[in-house]
Amino acid sequence: VFKRFVEIGRVAFISFGPHAGKLVAIVDVIDQNRALVDGPCSGVRRQAMPFKCMQLTDFVLKFPHSARQKCVRLAWEKENINEKWSATRWAKKIEAREKKAKMTDFDRYKVMKAKKMRNRIIKHEMKKLQRMAAKKGKKPGKPVKAPKGKKPEKAPKAKKPEKAPAPKAQKAQK
Amino acid sequence: MAGEKAPEKKPGEKKPAKKKAGEKKPAEQKPSQKAAGDKKKRVKKYHASRNPVLARGIGRYSRSAMYARKALYKRKYTAPETKIEKKKKEMPRATITKPVGGDKNGGSRVVKIRKMPRYYPTEDVPRKLLSHGKKPFCEHKRRLRASITPGTVLILLTGRHRGKRVVFLKQLDTGLLLVTGPLAVNRVPLRRAHQKFVIATSTKVDLTGVKIPKHLTDSYFKKKRLRKPKHQEGEIFDTEKEKYELTEQRKVDQKAVDSQILARIKKVPQLRGYLRSTFSLSNGVYPHKLVF
Repeated sequence: VFKRFVEIGRVAFISFGPHAGKLVAIVDVIDQNRALVDGPCSGVRRQAMPFKCMQLTDFVLKFPHSARQKCVRLAWEKENINEKWSATRWAKKIEAREKKAKMTDFDRYKVMKAKKMRNRIIKHEMKKLQRMAAKKGKKPGKPVKAPKGKKPEKAPKAKKPEKAPAPKAQKAQK
Repeated sequence: MAGEKAPEKKPGEKKPAKKKAGEKKPAEQKPSQKAAGDKKKRVKKYHASRNPVLARGIGRYSRSAMYARKALYKRKYTAPETKIEKKKKEMPRATITKPVGGDKNGGSRVVKIRKMPRYYPTEDVPRKLLSHGKKPFCEHKRRLRASITPGTVLILLTGRHRGKRVVFLKQLDTGLLLVTGPLAVNRVPLRRAHQKFVIATSTKVDLTGVKIPKHLTDSYFKKKRLRKPKHQEGEIFDTEKEKYELTEQRKVDQKAVDSQILARIKKVPQLRGYLRSTFSLSNGVYPHKLVF
């Protein structure tokens, strides 16, 4: 039922508060509500932090409890947590959300055009397949449903400036 | 009497400092001696008082006797005519002759330019207290938001072109913004827009080197109103121009400005389509959350 536990070395993501958006490692548990926490590679000083503002990630580091910052840093860099984190879907979703919020009016227009074109291509292919399936359906045999294919994503991507694919890609994910 | 004599003396002695006290010199001045010496500096020698003092404040001769003694009948000075006075001699015209129609009317009338008031109110208007800082509209300070610079794409919010995206050119003297579609892109001509009813986006068109004609001012764009109802009755509303008429000059100016701008718009990909589109809100879109 529960897969991520609060343990020494668990990397947590801070969701609100002054250090919102940063990653942190749990060094020690103070009491039921607070933990001693340290984020040497993410700019968080060693401090007590309530569990409520922490969200546990999948990463666990190996260091003994109450280890000093140097040890935490070593463990962090050994595991390369920063890169692993930015590769997760969680981090990508956050980044996409930020980009979407920063979109200007012109960017929104470009995204709209890109989406429209993409959907048109998809619909076109879909209709083609449906027609083929309808034809084949007259003959006995299973209608073949070809996969959507990554083609529609690439064609508009080549045209659009950098920002558009990013929000578009995250829209595809969503 | 004593008081009168004292000022009488003073005109005789122009500069008491120069007067030689007590001495009675001949009436003539001595310009000849001095003239030979220095022509540049004519030291004026003033005669001593020609009115011997009887007692303090009382002179020997009367006012008229003094006039004769000082030979004032001979001395009439006028100040040299200054340039200002020469110019001032041109008096403004007081009347003007105007032609008058009609038969057997005599062709013209002489009319006063500045007439006497036709009405004097019984009570004078009370003097107003001084106020400060109340400037007329022409002297108001015009401000422009920092986000609006030449070439910015603006979104018009009011008027018949609401929702359209438009290129900003410059701010006019009254503070209104001069804006153009361009016409070929979204049918917005050279037009004025109010700063307050406009959203400034962060998209900018590079307008370096674009020359906007100087005659595009507020008076060029101002709505014309006819004000000559010859007859009091009968269709006053018809004579006023309600329908806007395109003039050739507007077309020429539009072309001149747009040709320069269109070239720059074509350089930015998708900008033309962007300017053609209109802005709108839909569900879940909140203006305060949007970044323009």
